[in-house]
Amino acid sequence: MNSIVCVKRVPDSEARVTIGSDGRSIDPSGVKFVMNPYDEYALEQALLLKEQAGEGRVTVMTLGPDAARDTLRSALAMGADDAVLLRAEPPPDGLVVARALSDAIRGREFDLVLFGKQAIDDDNMQVPAMVAELLELPCATVITAFQLHGRIATVRREVEGGHEVVELELPAVIAAQKGLTKPRHPTVKGIMMAKKKPLEEIDVELAPSGFEWLDLSLPPERPAARIVGEGSEAVPELVRLLRDEAKVL
Amino acid sequence: MSFEGVDFYLMDEMLSEEERAVRDMVRDWVDSEVMPIINEAYIGRTFPRSLIPQMGELGFYGANLPEEYGCAGLNNVAYGLIMQELERGDSGLRSFVSVQGALVMYPIYEFGSEQQRKKWLPKLANGESIGCFGLTEPDFGSNPGGMLTRAVKDGDEWVLNGAKMWITNGSAADVAIIWAKTGEIDDVGSIRGFIVETDRAGFSARDQKGKLSLLASDTSELVLQDVRIPDANLLPESGGLKSPLKCLTQARYGIAWGGVGAAMACYCEALDYAKNRVQFDNKPIGATQLQQVRLANMLTEITKAQLLVLRLGRMKDAGTMTPFQVSLAKRNNVDMACECAREARRLLGANGILVEYQSMRHMANLESVYTYEGTHDIHGLILGQTVTGHAAY
Repeated sequence: MNSIVCVKRVPDSEARVTIGSDGRSIDPSGVKFVMNPYDEYALEQALLLKEQAGEGRVTVMTLGPDAARDTLRSALAMGADDAVLLRAEPPPDGLVVARALSDAIRGREFDLVLFGKQAIDDDNMQVPAMVAELLELPCATVITAFQLHGRIATVRREVEGGHEVVELELPAVIAAQKGLTKPRHPTVKGIMMAKKKPLEEIDVELAPSGFEWLDLSLPPERPAARIVGEGSEAVPELVRLLRDEAKVL
Repeated sequence: MSFEGVDFYLMDEMLSEEERAVRDMVRDWVDSEVMPIINEAYIGRTFPRSLIPQMGELGFYGANLPEEYGCAGLNNVAYGLIMQELERGDSGLRSFVSVQGALVMYPIYEFGSEQQRKKWLPKLANGESIGCFGLTEPDFGSNPGGMLTRAVKDGDEWVLNGAKMWITNGSAADVAIIWAKTGEIDDVGSIRGFIVETDRAGFSARDQKGKLSLLASDTSELVLQDVRIPDANLLPESGGLKSPLKCLTQARYGIAWGGVGAAMACYCEALDYAKNRVQFDNKPIGATQLQQVRLANMLTEITKAQLLVLRLGRMKDAGTMTPFQVSLAKRNNVDMACECAREARRLLGANGILVEYQSMRHMANLESVYTYEGTHDIHGLILGQTVTGHAAY
């Protein structure tokens, strides 16, 4: 059972992000970067499948700057066998990323390509399905359960208001939703072994992008909360505020 | 909220990638597995036993001992960072891991036969077996050389009699490292270490009642009444009081790091509270001179303590560290942590007495840490003796 897990280095969800002086990028100074949390669910799934099969490899791959090596090392510490860094500044254009990834994946031996359902930095949700299309493979995104019988994967997908269950024949592409797995903590030994595992670095020429970031802005600051009173006496004032100020009634 | 720690002097730059990765892993683990349960464990006066196998799997026990015995083979800085992060969670947790690693696995590694190492270290490393360390006695704390516990040879067996007190993990342990005199009662040089399985006839452990500190930790009294063990359970390379003291140097080293962790927890809690708690004129209390100086003092002491243990760890790895330097670090860092915990609790006002906030829990715990493994005062006297040449204890 060979898997390729595509991961992305993203700002920690708790990081206080500030906008860079160009107004179009985030200022990385002082920001903690982590592996995209949805990718962790995918990586855990790949590790479980390898453990269940008792054989195979888990390769972790990312497109990113030199600093993305840390993200790969943490995946290796969790138990991935080897890593591939496609060295390039990640472009905003999902299709450019998907092309670079699928070019690097094509020609490798794999049964499954796994992603997180989205990266929590740009939230585009494009790359998994695009990679599947470029590799001409079946694809299921936003999955919350995965079972394998022979070469047939049965997965549960989250859809509006419910779930659907679909089957895919391997090789296939899947994208993990929260709840698919509970990612393990790397062990101390895993961390020490990670530096001895192969990390392949490839400089990639990205295809021209039809996409440009023009402007980034932070959401408006939330005004301080107000306590309008206690118990049932507060209800008329609350209703008035919801109707006249918040305009939600 | 995940814990960010304190790094005012950019000490991260002085850590290797692996050292940072180990620290971050333990930090995340404490956030996700310890913080959600520690308050209940503390109030309920129970050690969170469900964490024991997890900590074994992750490699916390005896993490600086060699891989050939199932340990992680970490350097001493990475080991220290584990202790720091565990004590950020709770001193009881760090105490458990300190005892298992520095006071049970270390003596087996250092004074044990190859057979004893192979038998015990792997299952202590993975948490399958729990250990405790019996040196202190009811009447012999700072003066362990006065111990009354005796081991008498009878054929190819040893017969142990005595009582040990303030034994962390005592009632949960599968195995105890017991220190006993094999010669006359005034012959300190006859002290030897023994591996005593706790299911041996005549061995009993009783929980210490009425503690107001280290509530999420088992502390026990051990009684050994004609406990017979085979000669193979003697730690062959142990001899004299210096053997248990060597173990204590290992544990104190980890405690010095642990103090930094507890202090960081209190400082970070106080800082967050100071920024958000609004009093008088709609201003956060962090905007007042009083609380700012409080925070500045804590930050300063934590930073000094961090530099102290990092240097100590590098010396330990280089083989140049002395026990006296460990005394200085244990004494300074635990005292510093006690002060930070107290100041943080005060900054938190009335909320500071609640278990939802950590500072008072740390404050109460640290009184034990201040006292165990060589009291603050005794470490002062060790340092006094080191610089003057006169023993005053």
